[in-house]
Amino acid sequence: MNRRLAYQAGLLAAAGLVLWFFVSNTARNLEALRVASGFGFLGREAGFEIGETTFIAFSAADTYLRAFGVGLANTFRVALLGIVVATVLGTLIGLGRLSSNWLVARLAALYVEVMRNIPLLVQLFFWYAIIAENLPGPREALSPLAGVFLSNRGIALPVPAPHPAYGWMLAALLAGVVAAILVARWARARQAATGAPPPGAWLGFALVLGTPLAVFLASGAPLAWDRPELAGFNFQGGATLTPEFAALLTGLATYTAAFVAEIVRAGVLAVDKGQFEAADSLGLPRRRAMQLVILPQALRLIVPPMTSQYLNLTKNSSLAVAIGYPDLVSIANTTMNQTGQAIEGIAIIMLVYLTISLSISAFMNWYNRRVALRGASR
Amino acid sequence: MSTAALAKTWSDPVFPWLRANLFSSWPNAILSMLALWLLWRTLPPFLDWAFLDAVWSAPDSGACRAARGEGACWAFIAEKHRFILFGTYPYEEHWRPGLAILVMLALYAVSALRRFWRPRLALYWVAGLALIGVLMWGGVFGLRYVENERWGGLMLTLLLATFGLAAAFPLAVLLALGRRSAMPVVRGFCVGYIELIRGVPLISLLFMASVMLPLFLPAGVTVDKLLRAQIAMIMFAAAYLAEVVRGGLQSIPHGQYEAADALGLPYWRKTLLVVLPQALRVSIPPLVNTFIAFFKDTSLVVIIGLFDLLTSIKVSLQEPAWTGFGVEAYLFASLVYFAFCTTMSRYSQRLEHDLTPGARAGALRDA
Repeated sequence: MNRRLAYQAGLLAAAGLVLWFFVSNTARNLEALRVASGFGFLGREAGFEIGETTFIAFSAADTYLRAFGVGLANTFRVALLGIVVATVLGTLIGLGRLSSNWLVARLAALYVEVMRNIPLLVQLFFWYAIIAENLPGPREALSPLAGVFLSNRGIALPVPAPHPAYGWMLAALLAGVVAAILVARWARARQAATGAPPPGAWLGFALVLGTPLAVFLASGAPLAWDRPELAGFNFQGGATLTPEFAALLTGLATYTAAFVAEIVRAGVLAVDKGQFEAADSLGLPRRRAMQLVILPQALRLIVPPMTSQYLNLTKNSSLAVAIGYPDLVSIANTTMNQTGQAIEGIAIIMLVYLTISLSISAFMNWYNRRVALRGASR
Repeated sequence: MSTAALAKTWSDPVFPWLRANLFSSWPNAILSMLALWLLWRTLPPFLDWAFLDAVWSAPDSGACRAARGEGACWAFIAEKHRFILFGTYPYEEHWRPGLAILVMLALYAVSALRRFWRPRLALYWVAGLALIGVLMWGGVFGLRYVENERWGGLMLTLLLATFGLAAAFPLAVLLALGRRSAMPVVRGFCVGYIELIRGVPLISLLFMASVMLPLFLPAGVTVDKLLRAQIAMIMFAAAYLAEVVRGGLQSIPHGQYEAADALGLPYWRKTLLVVLPQALRVSIPPLVNTFIAFFKDTSLVVIIGLFDLLTSIKVSLQEPAWTGFGVEAYLFASLVYFAFCTTMSRYSQRLEHDLTPGARAGALRDA
């Protein structure tokens, strides 16, 4: 026992010594470089422009703190969109690999094999080279769909023109979600008390999607498109994805989709055939069998690796710095170059990513506890 | 064609196969037609571009510019291949990094053979790495000294990966053992390290190595850029490998520990003789997958300006004569990475298959 105490004390002492060595050196070096440590620089004027912003307006006269905010918002924008696209694409490809159709299964397998074995950074450079070097200028822009233009200035898309009814639709959507949750709770309580089966999923869909639709129709279906038009050397109106954003989103989503596809495939394959047959022999209709027997089992296997893929995608979005999309890391990089506040800059990056990963793993643990087999946790 | 002949063809092996695999039902037939249409629209133009109309060699970029849009410019790769392989290493000394690459490939090949999975393998690695060091640096045996600022290209990518893994692996084993240790301080230290590293992107570690590490050291002490990046890569790889090794450790049945205890083996002998040989064997397939990820991640050093494969390609593209051939250049880079990664992943799949026949898994569990 005494030896164990000695080991631990030795480790602590060594760690403390190394830390003290680093800290004292750093303090001396910073003094020599005349860099004031601390986060005071965040309040100073940034003095650089940011190419694109999400929700937060920014000019060179704003502070570093605001610049970091813009970077964080940009990170979240590309990560959230990337997660949505990667999930949809990956699920399709994963199911494609399981398809009885030989050609589709082979194509899906090829996709996974190719995407997983090429570094994401190379793929990002590749997409960026395609968009920035090989697409034509705005005047000769490609238009694969009416109103959508691909050019070396990015991707121009039509968006619905703003209308006051949209705000109400958003509120209606939220109200619909709340109502659906309440109804589901009530139905579960009723089933527990009386055994009456809960209404089907259609009621939930009707509440969530129908309420905003009703508001939309009630306000006279105001749908006007704001289309991009060629004006001078670039497109005006609509929404434009910059080449950097488009390349990053494409790269992140197509890369992560390959991993998502494998997770989905493994999850579906893991549900035993006997489970389908057992559900059938209980007389459960197809949809109820899916909802009550198959999905809960597949999801238990799919959700944990899926969340870690989402986390990977978010961490990988930091590669934005290589193609010039102003995410958190590239803003921090610019800031460090300008102010010399290397420690603070890296501390901010690490803090943000650690917060994100710890919250996601907290969620995962919560989910695992919820869905774990009774007694399996021991 | 007569009806009889038609019926005969329909019963040939090809048509039943087509019916079963592509046209078994209406939705399936539609899906097949869609996939075929997609292939027909993309594959022939791509093959035309990549092979038939491509410029394979040219004295300058003029021929490539002329074929722009119709054919790929592989002449760019032909022109720059030495630079892409070896970076700015002195031209007349290229045989040295070439030989070093062969030594590395030999090390991989030996490690892949199960016959060599014994403690002696570590010795081969030490000898091999020393040989590579001598070849690259020189300065002894009449070899000219080449400072490591001039190392680059594919060579550097392989060096970062090889040395990174060689150093990270023992560290990872220690971390994994520490994470399962009964001593709370040791355990806390290892958990903290692993979770911290795994929680942040590799980029932030590379930035840390390139801008923060110099601040940590006393004034006047400098560590060169390559070594700093290598340290960051090792720290990163060790955390991920440690989790894989921990998985292997967890799969060892408790009886094995108890049996070793009953024999009166002290901790380190128990670990080295009983636990690790079994745990590492089980974790080899997932370890190879982590190696693949790490090999791909070495490409990130381009961001801190180290001269790896990807950087040498990017730099070649900056030469005015060859700007604008990014698609060809990155396709080539993809091909190189793909060749390495796919070899490793095929190997890992085969190994997984070989190592987990029912009998073996059962034997481990019952023991």
